[in-house]
Amino acid sequence: MSVAVDFEMIKSALIERHGEEVYNTLKNARVAVAGLGGLGSNIAMMLVRAGVGRLLLVDFDEVDITNLNRQNYYIKHLGKKKTEAARELMWQINPYADIEIKTLRVTAENVSEVFSGYELVCEAFDRPENKALLVNAMLEEGKTVVCGSGMAGYLGANSITTKRLSDNFYICGDRVTDSGDTNGLMSPRVTVCAAHQANMIIRLLLGERDTD
Amino acid sequence: MIFVNSEELSGFEGVSVLELIEKRKYKTAFVAVELNGKIVPRAEYESTVLKDGDKLEVVSFVGGG
Repeated sequence: MSVAVDFEMIKSALIERHGEEVYNTLKNARVAVAGLGGLGSNIAMMLVRAGVGRLLLVDFDEVDITNLNRQNYYIKHLGKKKTEAARELMWQINPYADIEIKTLRVTAENVSEVFSGYELVCEAFDRPENKALLVNAMLEEGKTVVCGSGMAGYLGANSITTKRLSDNFYICGDRVTDSGDTNGLMSPRVTVCAAHQANMIIRLLLGERDTD
Repeated sequence: MIFVNSEELSGFEGVSVLELIEKRKYKTAFVAVELNGKIVPRAEYESTVLKDGDKLEVVSFVGGG
């Protein structure tokens, strides 16, 4: 059974929760999410729930059964492109969200073009060299970046923090815990880090530049 | 004296960002470097020379996401 939900219903529900000013600011905001693994698949959902009006999702990969321990996908998505699976889920929250997808690998050659038009970029890649590539390229262009580093295993959740490194560079995570065969990523800590990133993005969109 | 991630280090005045990265055993491909609050473009690691009082932030990314 499905209930018909139209644009006005979603709008009034969001305004009831957030107020009209916050609604309008988030509705008119644009955010890019780079990588749709444990971080990005959760961050994207949080941002669409909050009412961010325009999102760019970038990932080359398909949903694999080994992703289900932490990434926001279901068995029905196995084999599907993460960009398409994530957008399908996000449209079940808000079918009026403007969600652009790019199913590709980000490289030094295409990074500038892929993220053009987005001043706020959320780094949610898995490999450190890809994180560094994106963060350097975006900061060199003067964009604002919120990245994630260090969220593997099941250490205390309190070691995951949000730090501001400069005017437009934020890093979430414990900055130490590397993922590896014996220190796999698990849903709680990855989602804590994802929530730190999504929260900082919402703060930035609403004009708050500090982390506290 | 320079500062790297808030730690005071001596002997790095006149040394390039690239040399510091290598001497401190960071992997160049994994880092982002900020000098006095500004990103150092990757292409300028070799030509950027550190001077007394510089504050450097070297972020070395770890895997997982």
